Amino acid sequence: MDISKEKLEWIYTTMYRIRRFEETMLEQTLKGNSMGVAHTSDGQEAPPTGICAHLTDKDWIGSTHRGHGHCISKGLDTDKMMAEVFGKATGQCGGKGGSMHISDFSKGMLGANGIVGASIPLAVGAALTSKYKGTESESVGVAFFGDGASSQGVLHEAMNLASVWKLPVIFACENNGYAEATPSWYAVSAEDISSRAEGYGMPGVVVDGMDVFAVYDAAGEAISRARAGEGPTFLEMKTYRYHGHFHADDTSKYRKPEEEAYYKEKDAIKHFESTVLKQKLMTEKQLKGIRDDIEKEMLQAVDFALTSPMPEVSTLYDDVYVNYSNPIQGLR
Amino acid sequence: MTTSQANNSTGPGYDVAGSEKRFRDVFRDTLRAEMIRDEDVFLMGEDISGGFDKDTKEPLDAWGGPFAATKGLVQEFGSDRIRDAPISEAGFVGAAVGSALTGLRPVVDLMYFDFVTVAFDQLLSNAAKSRYMFGGQTKVPMTLFARSGAGTGHAAQHSESFYSMLAHIPGLKVVVPSDPYSVKGLLAAAIRDDDPVFVVNDKKLINLTGFVPDEEYTIELGKGRYMQRGDDVTLVGMSYTSIACQKAAEQLAEVGISAEVIDMMSLSPFDEDILIESVQKTNNVVIVDEDTPRASMASEFAAVIADKAFDYLDAPIKRVTAPHSPVPYNRGLEMAFMPQPEDIVGTVKNMLGRE
Repeated sequence: MDISKEKLEWIYTTMYRIRRFEETMLEQTLKGNSMGVAHTSDGQEAPPTGICAHLTDKDWIGSTHRGHGHCISKGLDTDKMMAEVFGKATGQCGGKGGSMHISDFSKGMLGANGIVGASIPLAVGAALTSKYKGTESESVGVAFFGDGASSQGVLHEAMNLASVWKLPVIFACENNGYAEATPSWYAVSAEDISSRAEGYGMPGVVVDGMDVFAVYDAAGEAISRARAGEGPTFLEMKTYRYHGHFHADDTSKYRKPEEEAYYKEKDAIKHFESTVLKQKLMTEKQLKGIRDDIEKEMLQAVDFALTSPMPEVSTLYDDVYVNYSNPIQGLR
Repeated sequence: MTTSQANNSTGPGYDVAGSEKRFRDVFRDTLRAEMIRDEDVFLMGEDISGGFDKDTKEPLDAWGGPFAATKGLVQEFGSDRIRDAPISEAGFVGAAVGSALTGLRPVVDLMYFDFVTVAFDQLLSNAAKSRYMFGGQTKVPMTLFARSGAGTGHAAQHSESFYSMLAHIPGLKVVVPSDPYSVKGLLAAAIRDDDPVFVVNDKKLINLTGFVPDEEYTIELGKGRYMQRGDDVTLVGMSYTSIACQKAAEQLAEVGISAEVIDMMSLSPFDEDILIESVQKTNNVVIVDEDTPRASMASEFAAVIADKAFDYLDAPIKRVTAPHSPVPYNRGLEMAFMPQPEDIVGTVKNMLGRE
């Protein structure tokens, strides 16, 4: 296997961190500690981890309403993420964004986005900046989106733009089989969404999205192409979300238990563990050490979020604009 | 302001060096100057290269861009900085937002103002909200422009003036130049501003000429100006209706009515002080808007005047606007759709009891 020991540790840490962040956040949300709606991505750890393993803070990603995994893969701080979900002043966006708008521009994270498909052109725009500045080799754009967004017009416009302008972009489609409760076999006209890439003059690849090594390899090739100025690539990663569309969604109303069992059998974290143990790349002790550290990190994140202050009401009107000559702070 | 803030409360100062210029030439020259001043400024839009030679791939600049607004720029700056976009407004406006979030200062030509709706989600959900929903971590320094307005036979889907829809959105700024002088100062200010700004140019202004100072200047966003001083009634215009108000003021002068004309120039933010100051003096106000009347800028200005200068009013605030209808094609119907100087004069005479 052509992955360094450090990278393997990073991959396991990142996937386990995503898994436990989502489970912890869901538990806290159901307890009423979070302020609103939250979408979980446990089960889908492999795509963001395998892709972001190739990225640095100078690369940009656009994300979705199901964005926690993307944030964690891009190196965001789990204390500030949890605090944001809790709506606290110490959150990544000062409590203004919540789960659906976590971002960190210092880490190259353009923000989770509540409008399905809306962040795709942002990643294309980030790639345009790289092309404009001649920094393609060190700054590419990755647009994460799901099977639901594959039906949005803006994806198709963005793919055409990226191809016409030969931009360093990766279209990273996490096909988890469902847009809310609507199955992709019903809503998507193609067998493989990636087959649409051909029509836009870019390579389209189907990847097992439950296998982080497969994602890592495919993403490595796509990102190398982008960095070399060879233009965009479309990756379709077939994956699965373990929980519902949002925290209170009961999947048993629209998914079969045998389907859920099938994917849990293919679990990305279990697959990683068995592979590295079998190939003697990591030891059980190492893996446990990482897991234990993450457990502590999650306890710390919840504690940080719970004990953090609420934002001052006086911040309500802050940051609507950089400057605005006659602000209207609500008429009374 | 680093550059001189030209005398925007009274209009162009004729004591400075300058000349008569066409609106569209001033627009292009200002865009060019800003691109020279800051290499992060670039332009995106449909057909702004005017075609490409099939063999050399060189841009042809056949049209000089829509309404010839960018003529010659692609030869000067090249296709990277004058970036011709496929017909995909949501895609390239979104890409412009992404480039603004990552360090560039895009200027987007949306051709006809009506096409705003095709890109609306990117404007509303990304351009306007990114700074706020991400807690002030970022900014979106982008400028958009497009051509609005009826009167040119473009019919229902190429003649809109619904700038009120954009002014309604927290996070966006909207400016409406009304002559060559104001487009120079407002476009420069918009491009240098760190927030997303939409510059709405009425088509009827594009070939209009007017005095423009040679010197570099910006007009502060959110400031209106007096185009004419008067005592009996305040006429409030924006975009082309400021010209209509001036024409009405000339006709009113002939019957002994002294009208003060305010050109708002900015719709978000907008100049509340100038409205109140003028109404406190004239005690009568007519607001003229080519946008449709429901939830319009005319209604918003009326609300502010009623709220803050009610005691100074001698008569109810009147609005002269388009009807609540799409823009018709037929020339006669189109003229009736637009607020004409005669409509303004009639409204003022009625208001003052002068028949």
